[in-house]
Amino acid sequence: MEKFTRHVGLVAPIARNNVDTDAIIPKQFLKSIRRTGFGPYLFDEWRYLDRGEPGQDCAARPLNPEFVLNQPRYRGASILLTGKNFGCGSSREHAPWALLDYGVRALVGKSFADIFFNNCFKNGLLPIRLPQAEIDALFADVAARPGYRLMIDLEAQTVARPDGRAIPFEIEPYRKHCLIEGLDDIGLTLRHRDQIAEFEARRRLEQPWNFSR
Amino acid sequence: MPQTLYDKLWISHLVRQEDDGTALLYVDRHLVHEVTSPQAYEGLKLAGRGVWRADSIVATADHNTPTRDWERGIEDPVSRLQVETLDANIRAHGAAAYFPFRDPREGIVHVIGPEHGATLPGMTVVCGDSHTSTHGAFGCLAFGIGTSEVEHVLATQCLLSRKAKNMRVRIEGSAGPCVSAKDIVLALIGRIGTAGGTGCAIEFAGSAIRALSMEGRMTVCNMAIEAGARAGMVAVDDRTVEYLRGRPLAPRGELWERAVAHWRTLVSDEGATFDRVVELDAGSIAPQVTWGTSPEMVASVEGAVPDPAREADSTRREGIERALQYMGLQPGMPITAIRFDKVFIGSCTNSRIEDLRAAAAVVRGRRVDPGIRQALVVPGSGLVKRQAEAEGLDRIFVAAGFEWREPGCSMCLGMNADRLEPGERCASTSNRNFEGRQGAGGRTHLMSPQMAAAAAIAGRVVDVRRML
Ligand code: SF4
Repeated sequence: MEKFTRHVGLVAPIARNNVDTDAIIPKQFLKSIRRTGFGPYLFDEWRYLDRGEPGQDCAARPLNPEFVLNQPRYRGASILLTGKNFGCGSSREHAPWALLDYGVRALVGKSFADIFFNNCFKNGLLPIRLPQAEIDALFADVAARPGYRLMIDLEAQTVARPDGRAIPFEIEPYRKHCLIEGLDDIGLTLRHRDQIAEFEARRRLEQPWNFSR
Repeated sequence: MPQTLYDKLWISHLVRQEDDGTALLYVDRHLVHEVTSPQAYEGLKLAGRGVWRADSIVATADHNTPTRDWERGIEDPVSRLQVETLDANIRAHGAAAYFPFRDPREGIVHVIGPEHGATLPGMTVVCGDSHTSTHGAFGCLAFGIGTSEVEHVLATQCLLSRKAKNMRVRIEGSAGPCVSAKDIVLALIGRIGTAGGTGCAIEFAGSAIRALSMEGRMTVCNMAIEAGARAGMVAVDDRTVEYLRGRPLAPRGELWERAVAHWRTLVSDEGATFDRVVELDAGSIAPQVTWGTSPEMVASVEGAVPDPAREADSTRREGIERALQYMGLQPGMPITAIRFDKVFIGSCTNSRIEDLRAAAAVVRGRRVDPGIRQALVVPGSGLVKRQAEAEGLDRIFVAAGFEWREPGCSMCLGMNADRLEPGERCASTSNRNFEGRQGAGGRTHLMSPQMAAAAAIAGRVVDVRRML
């Protein structure tokens, strides 16, 4: 997993609530058995005018000029500004994989759906929740000023606006630690393998029916 | 201190907890399917790790598999590779039970878990699929996880998690005729919204929930995720125990007695506190139909499509406008004026035997409206299919003009050949009406099996209460 410490990036607004995982990456792309290569299909149904199929050459497809990520001013955006309940719907990790593969490193929004929120951290993508008023102000700023960039400092837990004002955000210490160090959860958990084995042995004794077969 | 059911389930699986609240939770049952597992097994291999406890795994192929012409195999090469990858992974690492493509017991992962007694009260049940919440109907802690977490569970038998808030949804009173579990849960989502349960584990309680069969409780818990909650659950009672008796993976003999004694304790204590409480009167719920692109965009069959002009909040107004445009509906039109091209009866929400019986009771002796291009019935599992055939339900459906298919997820998400074409409108018993969910450009209206059956007969939304 790539480390996340500080990131400065161009911001693109996704001004909708309840952006679901089907919109982030439609199901026909879930058939892949790999973790990469989803970027060209990110927001596929909004981004292109035709219907996307896995393995297609996206360079030749007709773009939807109205979709925000297709507008020249947002080309190369690595921070998405999002509304309420972003990432709702399925548990597909293909959603963060597609965002990362596209080049997104952080999401700044009002709220995120639980499973999606979790999946982001497992992949080095940072979702940041900010109060409604801050998000509203950011949406207004992004719309008003082409080339709008934010600086995210995970160590300091701030999102700095171009005017220098830093908005603090919260993150669980464990998640922060893993992101900064680029640590793999599994390796960390396996340090407790003895404790897990002990727990399991006790459970097997007390409730053997949970171990049928 | 009195504990909620969720508190009990949480504490009994806690291996350790960090100071910041990050907990290591032991996983009893791991359900695996072809779409969210290949990358997890691959990650394991790349890291040189093994599977911690293969006998916790129950696996099946369901999302990608075709629902007809099984003898021809899987024609789409990408889907086939995914299913074959699952075969190879289970062969290499093992499982307590595996129902591969074409096995007579194959089915939707959330239908086969309970069916085989793989889901037991007091367990933690996880699966790389958000509708894992379904299994909470058995008084267990069940939730969906992402692929990295699937890998984590494979390697460690544990999950990193944080305790959610306790929310109780109490549904009292008795539901009227033809008002099913689906209507109850849609009405709830209409009330609290798709983010209403975010950060919570919902316990469904009250006389209307107690009165539901296990199938009905599964339908309600299935859609807890649509209310934003990762887990939904119902306390154990006689129905839970009776459902499990004799199931292949359920305990037997003396172990059964011990298990049942423990299961009986899986209820919220008197006086336990909940962070959030929502109450609903079942008697006031009419059959529900969604009109928009989120399950919270729902109305009673007696109602009308909303008029965005009457919505004061600008974000909500734009949301409604966008949904109506996508759905091709007019503000204010009666719900019963919505006409369909297709009907889909299936999915982990409503494809169990009881659902098929309810739909067949509406269909019996009638014909699918000629305006309906395709009406599909897709049983949730091979066992459900055979049970339905033994009861003659397949003949009722086929005589009416429905197609009777092999089990799987099918048109719930359209990963196989069963899907909507752009602009097509479908009455569906599934759980998600997101844009493109059932096929790019497709328009989904969620409803109960009885309402979907009635829609097939009438070609449009009708109040099924008038048909029986
Ligand atoms: S039936 Fe639909 S919701 Fe259920 S597991 Fe399959 S795809 Fe997911």
